[in-house]
Amino acid sequence: MRNKLIDLAEQSSLKTDVPLIRQGDTVDVHCRIVEGDKERIQIFNGTVIMIKGRGINRTFTVRRIVANEGVERIFPIHSPMIEKIVVKRSGETRRAKLFYLRNRVGKATRLQDKKVRKSQETREPALAEA
Amino acid sequence: MTPAILGRKVGMTRVYNDKGQIIPVTVVQAGPCVVTQVKSADGKDGYHAVQLGFEPVDPKHSTMPLIGHAAKAGVQPQRFFREVRLKEPTDKKPGDQITVGIFDGVQFVDVVGTSKGKGFAGVMKRWNFGGQPASHGTERKHRSRGSIASMATNRGHSGKPKKGLKMAGHMGDERVTTRNHALVRVDVENNVLLIKGALPGANGSLVYVRKSITAKESKA
Repeated sequence: MRNKLIDLAEQSSLKTDVPLIRQGDTVDVHCRIVEGDKERIQIFNGTVIMIKGRGINRTFTVRRIVANEGVERIFPIHSPMIEKIVVKRSGETRRAKLFYLRNRVGKATRLQDKKVRKSQETREPALAEA
Repeated sequence: MTPAILGRKVGMTRVYNDKGQIIPVTVVQAGPCVVTQVKSADGKDGYHAVQLGFEPVDPKHSTMPLIGHAAKAGVQPQRFFREVRLKEPTDKKPGDQITVGIFDGVQFVDVVGTSKGKGFAGVMKRWNFGGQPASHGTERKHRSRGSIASMATNRGHSGKPKKGLKMAGHMGDERVTTRNHALVRVDVENNVLLIKGALPGANGSLVYVRKSITAKESKA
């Protein structure tokens, strides 16, 4: 349904090495912060609770607790301001949107580590779509 | 020749610029256009202009006058013809091709299109009027305008409404020019222009893109 010419226009803005992340992953997002003419890397660490959108509009939401206050940041996955995304742990989840974590505090927010089955050792890329 | 071209609005998307910012852009499939006629101030036309044709059509779907007109330039009949007024005489000849390459180095463009038709619209939608109060005795006229005339309007003692009074009526489906759009990208290979912001008209409608008349080009 998508128009070829629109895809073509977006092509240049898409990353070719889309990071493989899934809901329930604990990630370090390395953001480029530009201050004046200086640039530094800031790391936002947390749990991926939502991935949505297609193509250039694909975003993911990372939730973490800062000073007892839940903080969520939404990142466009193709943004050049994201230097890299490091997956620290992968949690076992049974749903695509982990909004129930918002109602939990402390230890209850932990997710069980994903069991890696032999047949699934190569992670299926949740993001491998054009 | 001033950079100008005909194209079709494809749709909107967004791209990142080199600062990592998201830019909303409209994709326009523009050209290749063909010069079908050149007018000059010395000739019988009395002014400088170039007539562009866009989208060749099968002659059996065209008319004899258009086929003959296009044949003078040695081309197929075209679906759209538009004229580009010029200040100076041009070296373009009938039959020359115009591609988006003509926009090389241009920073800002104006776009002319036909806005989406809204049908018969009331004054609140058409002219942003405030309407009438919701309560305090207002009955069945919450979206009406107020009075349109009295015996003492500045049309004299007539009781007739003023000419050009803003009233309900047909809205949209008219020529609209939006100015000073940043030209984000020129893709000569695919005949595509990426223009910042929204353009008039529905997707797939004809747009006329020209170098901006008013925008000041920065020396980047």
